[in-house]
Amino acid sequence: MAETLHNLYIGFSVALSPNVLLYAFVGCVIGTLVGVLPGVGPLAGISLLLPVSFGLDPTAAIVLLAGIYYGAMYGGSTTSILMRIPGEAASVMTCIDGYEMTRKGRAGAALAIAAVGSYVAGTVSIVGLMLLAPPLASFALRFGPPEYFALLLLGLLVLAYMSGGSVSKSLAMAVLGLLLGMIGIDPMTGFFRFSYGLVELGDGIGVVPVAVGLFGLSEILLTAGQPTAPEVKKPRLRELLPSREEWRDSFWPIGRGTVLGFLIGIIPGSAHILSSFVSYAVERRLSKHPERFGHGAIEGVAGPESANNSATSGAFVPMLALGVPSGPIPAVMIAAMMVHGVSPGPLLIAQQPQLFWGFIASMYVGNVVLLILNLPLVGIFVNVLKVPYPLLYPTILIFCVLGVYAVNGSVVDLGIMTVMGALGYVLRKFDFETAPVVLGLILAPMMEMSFRQSLSMSSGSYSIFVNRPIALVMLVVGLALLLLSVAPWLMKTLDWRQRFGLASGQEKEGM
Amino acid sequence: MVTSSRAPRRSSISWTGWRHAAAILAACVFAVFATERLGYRLTVLLMLGFLLKVVEGRGWLQTLLFAFGLAFGSFFLFYTLLRVPLPEGPLGF
Repeated sequence: MAETLHNLYIGFSVALSPNVLLYAFVGCVIGTLVGVLPGVGPLAGISLLLPVSFGLDPTAAIVLLAGIYYGAMYGGSTTSILMRIPGEAASVMTCIDGYEMTRKGRAGAALAIAAVGSYVAGTVSIVGLMLLAPPLASFALRFGPPEYFALLLLGLLVLAYMSGGSVSKSLAMAVLGLLLGMIGIDPMTGFFRFSYGLVELGDGIGVVPVAVGLFGLSEILLTAGQPTAPEVKKPRLRELLPSREEWRDSFWPIGRGTVLGFLIGIIPGSAHILSSFVSYAVERRLSKHPERFGHGAIEGVAGPESANNSATSGAFVPMLALGVPSGPIPAVMIAAMMVHGVSPGPLLIAQQPQLFWGFIASMYVGNVVLLILNLPLVGIFVNVLKVPYPLLYPTILIFCVLGVYAVNGSVVDLGIMTVMGALGYVLRKFDFETAPVVLGLILAPMMEMSFRQSLSMSSGSYSIFVNRPIALVMLVVGLALLLLSVAPWLMKTLDWRQRFGLASGQEKEGM
Repeated sequence: MVTSSRAPRRSSISWTGWRHAAAILAACVFAVFATERLGYRLTVLLMLGFLLKVVEGRGWLQTLLFAFGLAFGSFFLFYTLLRVPLPEGPLGF
């Protein structure tokens, strides 16, 4: 413990040096801007600024890039809450309840809770990262293809809890997402599937055009055509902060979201969107007022926001402890470290303590910087809503077009965005929930790959899923969740007969 | 669990805003085909001109100011400052 504190002291002395502090601040500002803009996500931001970091010393470079990553997570929730446009895929869940809170005039509260929840989750998960990096990393390494498949399947089954309306509608949307995810080059045989001759579809349908189109464009299509201006109650200054009841309600969701997000984040290769989906479903299941979800429940903002911030820290665990990238963003950061001659791996902590501990300390600092940046900006952001909507929506539309085009420089992405926007418009009119489509789209290639790899490992036998303990546990949990969601329906069928019998019994007693 | 009786009746879904939505979608389709042929700034200029003047019925001055400001401003921000490649059209802008 004393050694950890000593190392932390070294780390803070590195992180609070003016040079590194400046780069952390710059990274956070750029990250927030990148996160606020629809389409341009943290990966694009980090990749764009990677050459800039070549000239810096290793610690400053890593701190800059990590600041962008963190800032993008914070910024993505801002547009999700204010305009129902997900800044990046992980903010999709925040759109649902966050925007409803904006409609009720509680935008400031939602933004503040998102900022505070992200701060708490980020800080606590950094502590986890610091203390638990090596043992957690070895746990994460025990995940093979069967465990991945079970985890992703669990993520899909969790959808059964997502909506209070029709479960079959949510599952239908998830299947639509899965089908869309099948488009592209077959990962094992290399054939083009469903590309209809468009070479750009070889990489599959990108998640950014789909998310921006399905959420942002469809929202513009829905509200622009309304004869009266959309009902966004302009909050007064005192209403900008959350009420005491809202603080109390968010306490446990933030805690649970932190733990869940961290656990899902440390598994290499898992999508961050899974952490926010699972957190939303867990909050809904455990809430005493599940009918409030979808209409502006603060738990639906606090939980997913905390989860996706702690998933960010969790993603750094395999990267720092083992040198294994858990996704494209840690991979770019590993590349940045290698350019500076630092080889990440198990020896990193021993050989370059000032880099590792400086990184951890700078994440603490970065979290504080972002909290300070974001809370006062809440008032400014909310003022954006006061711009008259006929002027606001063309601006948002142009930024959506720009953001989607900037990802790949391909107009096919713009076409996908337009098609998904029209589809989202029709789906929302028919009261379908669109978030599961994004989940299915991301999960489909991963599930297929893990499934086929698992079967290759077991030479075609399905028993591999039940022979491995972690996979078995997750499959059993998923099955239990599915049965639990069906249970009320079964109970109602049985209850009908009992109620009928009871009613006649009561009648006799009343007489 | 599977009830569709809780969904809104099909006749109760209001499609009143469809002309507006169709106009916006038409502008997006225009962007798909025009961005690489006409260049980013010209495309955005025409889109905004269409949306603000034709669909929303704003005045000429406001439309032109807004369209030029947003088209050239966003290009400056992204192309010049952030170095994101955006297509240039045949007219040189």
